[in-house]
Amino acid sequence: MEPDYIIEMLHIRKEFPGIVANDDITLQLKRGEIHALLGENGAGKSTLMSVLFGLYQPEAGEIKKNGQVVKIHNPNDATALHIGMVHQHFKLVDVFTVLDNIILGAEDTKCGFLQRRVARQKVQELSDKYKLYVDLDAKVEDITVGMQQRTEILKMLYRDNEILIFDEPTAVLTPQEIDELMEIMRGFAKEGKSILFITHKLNEIMAVADRCTVLRKGKCIGTVNIADTNAQELSNMMVGRPVQLQVEKAPAQPGDVVLDVKGLTVPSKTSKKNAVHDVSFQVRSGEIVCIAGIDGNGQTELVYGLTGLTHSAAGTLTLCGKDISHASIRHRSQAGISHIPEDRHKHGLVLDDTLENNIVLQSFRESRFQTLGFIKRDAVRSYAEKIIGQYDVRSGQGPVTVARSMSGGNQQKAIIGREIDRENPLLIAVQPTRGLDVGAIEYIHKQLVAQRDAGKAILLVSLELDEVMNLADRILVMYEGEIVGELDPKTATPQELGLYMAGAKRMKGGEEA
Amino acid sequence: MKQTIRSIYEKEGAKKVLASLISILAGLFVGTIVVVIVGLSKNTINGSGIWDGVRLIFFGILSKGRDAAGSLVWGYNAQSLGNMLFRATPLIMTGLSVAVAYKTGLFNIGAPGQYLMGTLASLMIALGIPSSVVPAWIIWILAFLGGCLAGALWGAIPGTLKAFLNINEVLASIMTNWLAANLVTWAFDISNFKNVAENTKAGYIYKTSFNGVVTPKMGLDKLFPGSQVNMGILLAILIAIAMYILMTKTTMGYELKACGANRHAARYAGINDKRNIVLSMAIAGALAGGGAALYWLSGNTEFYWSTYQSLPATGFNGIPVALLAVSNPIGVIFTACFMAMLDIVGQQLTGFTAYNEYITDVIISVIVYLSAFSAMIQLMLSGKKQKAGSHNANAEPPKAEEKKEGGEQA
Repeated sequence: MEPDYIIEMLHIRKEFPGIVANDDITLQLKRGEIHALLGENGAGKSTLMSVLFGLYQPEAGEIKKNGQVVKIHNPNDATALHIGMVHQHFKLVDVFTVLDNIILGAEDTKCGFLQRRVARQKVQELSDKYKLYVDLDAKVEDITVGMQQRTEILKMLYRDNEILIFDEPTAVLTPQEIDELMEIMRGFAKEGKSILFITHKLNEIMAVADRCTVLRKGKCIGTVNIADTNAQELSNMMVGRPVQLQVEKAPAQPGDVVLDVKGLTVPSKTSKKNAVHDVSFQVRSGEIVCIAGIDGNGQTELVYGLTGLTHSAAGTLTLCGKDISHASIRHRSQAGISHIPEDRHKHGLVLDDTLENNIVLQSFRESRFQTLGFIKRDAVRSYAEKIIGQYDVRSGQGPVTVARSMSGGNQQKAIIGREIDRENPLLIAVQPTRGLDVGAIEYIHKQLVAQRDAGKAILLVSLELDEVMNLADRILVMYEGEIVGELDPKTATPQELGLYMAGAKRMKGGEEA
Repeated sequence: MKQTIRSIYEKEGAKKVLASLISILAGLFVGTIVVVIVGLSKNTINGSGIWDGVRLIFFGILSKGRDAAGSLVWGYNAQSLGNMLFRATPLIMTGLSVAVAYKTGLFNIGAPGQYLMGTLASLMIALGIPSSVVPAWIIWILAFLGGCLAGALWGAIPGTLKAFLNINEVLASIMTNWLAANLVTWAFDISNFKNVAENTKAGYIYKTSFNGVVTPKMGLDKLFPGSQVNMGILLAILIAIAMYILMTKTTMGYELKACGANRHAARYAGINDKRNIVLSMAIAGALAGGGAALYWLSGNTEFYWSTYQSLPATGFNGIPVALLAVSNPIGVIFTACFMAMLDIVGQQLTGFTAYNEYITDVIISVIVYLSAFSAMIQLMLSGKKQKAGSHNANAEPPKAEEKKEGGEQA
C-alpha cells in the first residue's frame, strides 16, 4: 500500500542568529494534490523551501518521502528525490536557446558529445502532452515572460520530477496567462504529480488549490481544506488579525493639471527600439493615476524619462506650468517631483550610509542643513528623528542605523517619509509595496490616499492588479512602450485590464490623438 | 569598566583598528622569523647577531648605533625620528590620495603616476624660475601648487574615463602611470636641469637648493638635529586634517561618499555622479602630486630622472598606508609614520648588523598582504558570517597588489 503523503516535512525548526525562521512547522503533501503555502514576507516560506532543497539543515524535525525518512544535504539530493522548483526569478541563461536551457545540467551525452536530438524528442513529447508550447530554438532573451515560465516548467518535467514547487509563479503573468497556468497545474495534479504552490494571492489559492498551509512569523498556523474556507478567513490566518482587503477612499476630486506629458519618447538601454514611444497623459492634483502593465513594457523607462534618470529622445514635460523637458534630475526634483523609486536598494538608499544621511539624500544642500558647505549635523539629526517618528520607521539605533541593517518595510517607510515630507506637488511611486508584508502595504496605501486627499498629484506604477484596482482613480495601461488604454477602475474588470496588458486590445484615438 | 572595554571592542571602528594592528604585528613577527632563519643559516651571524636583528626590527627607531664595545646602544634618537618624519611626509600624501579615492568607491592605483607628474611640475617650476627674478618662497609656493595641479590633471584622466566611458579606473591608472614615467623621463632628458655641476653622480636632476628653493625648517631642525625633517610634515598633517573635515563634515564630502557608496542612488537624488567621480580622482591626484612636491622641494633630495622603467615606491606605498589606516585620513598620518619607521629600521639593520634593509621589505609585504585581508580579520574578530555582497569592497586591493609587484619589477 502506498503511503498517503509523498513528501512530509515534520516539525521543522530552523534558527538564525536572533530569530527562529521556522518553528515546529509541519507540511504534508499528498500525491496528486495542489497544496498552497501561504504567508507574508518573512513568514518563513523561503526558509522552509531552502530546508527542503538542502540549502539549510534544520535544527530539528525530519523530512520523509513516501514515508521513508530522507536526508537532504544539498540541492543535488533534492533533485535525486525528483523535487523540482520554478523560482520566482527564473534561472535561465538568456543567450541560450530554450532547448539548451532545458537540458542544461541534465545533458545526455555519448562519448562526451551532446545528444541534442534525443533531448529534443523528449522535450517535444512533454511539450505536446502538457500543451506547454514553446519554440525550442528561440533564445530565452527573445521570448515572453510567460514562455520563459513554460521553459522552467519543462525543465522540471524533463528531469522527471514528481514534486513540483511553484514560487510566486503568477507575479509576472497577465490574468489570461494566469488562467492558463492554473489549467496546466490542474493537469499535472490529474497526472499524479504533486504541486506545492507558494503565493500570497488569495484568489489564486481559492481557484486552484486543494489544501492550504498558512505560515505566520515562522509558525505553522494550520492546514485547511480550501473547500471549507474563504479568502477572508485565509487572510486573517495569514496576518493574525482581520485585514481590510479593500482600501477605503472617497471619490477623487481632481484639480489643476500638475504633470502634463506630451509625446514622451525614451530610448531603451538594451535595444535600438524606444522603450517608451510617444506617450501623452496628464496627472491632476488630487487624483491617483495608475500605470498598469506587465513588467518590462516601458514603465521603468517612463519613470526614468519623467524624473530625468534617462534623457528623453522627444516630447515635452510640463510640471505645474513649467517646462522641465530638459531639466536635470536635481532641477526636476526641486521643481516639485518626489520619487519613490522602483528599486529601493539601487536608487532609493545608500545602503552603507546611515539612516539620517539617507533621509537628507536630496535636501542636504538646503540652507537648513548646511552653512557654507558644512553640514549641520544637529539639524540633520533632528529632522531625521522627526521623519522616523512621523512615519514609524523602526531601526536598531535610530538616525545612525546603517540603512542596510534595516528591514525592507522600514527601509521603504524611510523612503516614503522622505519623499512625502518634501511636500512636492507630484509624487511618483513605483511599485511602492513590492516585497512588503500586508501590514506595511496597508500603511503605504493609506499614506498614498492621504496624500491624494491633501491635493497632491500621484502617479502610481504598479504590477499588482489588486493594487491597481484598489488605489487608482484612473488606470493607464502600458503595452510595449505605449499607452494602449485608459480605464475607469470602477467599471473595468480585471479581465478587460488583462486584455489591454497583453496587447490583445487597444483604444484608438482618445487623448493620445 | 569591563563593559566599556566590551562596548569599545564591539564597535566597528575598533575592530578595524585591531585588524590593522594584527596585520602589523604579524608582519613584524614574520620579519623576526626571517631574521632568525637567515641568522641560523649563515655562519657569519651568531646568536647575539640574531638577537640584535630582532631587537632592531621592533625598536630600530630607538637605536643609537653601537658603542665602542660593539653592543647596541638604545635611547632617544632625534636624527632617526626626524628622518622618519621626513620620509613620512610624501607617504602621508600618497596615503591620503589612495584613502580619499577609496572612500568614494575608487581604487587609485595611479598614485605613482600622479606622484611623478607632481615631481615633474614642481621641479620644473622650482628650477625653471630664476630666484634672482622671483623671491624663492613664491617659487616654492608656485612649485607646490604646480605639483598638486599636475597630479590633479593626471588623476582626472582615469576619473574622466571612468565617469563617462565606464572604463575601470585601475586599468586606466596603470596606463597613466607608465605614461607619466615615460613623459617625465623625456621631459627631463630634453631639459637643462640635469645635474652636470657635480658629475660624481650621473643621471640626477639638480637639487632645488641649486636655485635657492628650499622648504623652510620652521625650527624642526633644532628639535631633530641632524635630520632632514622640514615644514612639509606639518603641512602634510594639516592637509590630512583638512581631508578628514572635508570627508566627514561637508556637503562636498557627503556627495563624494554617496557617489562612491551607491552611484545610482546619488544620481537619483540629483547628485552629479560623473562630476564627482572626476573630482574624486582629481583630489586624489592633487594629494599625490603635492606629496611629490613636498619631497623634492626639500632642497636636499635628488631626483633620478631616467625613470621610464620604474615607478616610485612612494606612490605604491600609499596603498598599504591607506589600507592600514582603513582609509581614515587621520589614521593615515600614523600609518605613514609607521611605514617610514620601517625604512629607518632597514637602514639600522644595514648599518649595524650583518642583515640588510630587504628584511623590512619582507615585513612590508606581509603587512600589505594581511591588510588587504583586513576584512577577513575583522570577520574573525566578530566571529560571525557576513553576507557575500559586503566582501566586494575589499576584493580589489589584493588584485591591485599583484599589479604593484609586477610594476616594480618591470
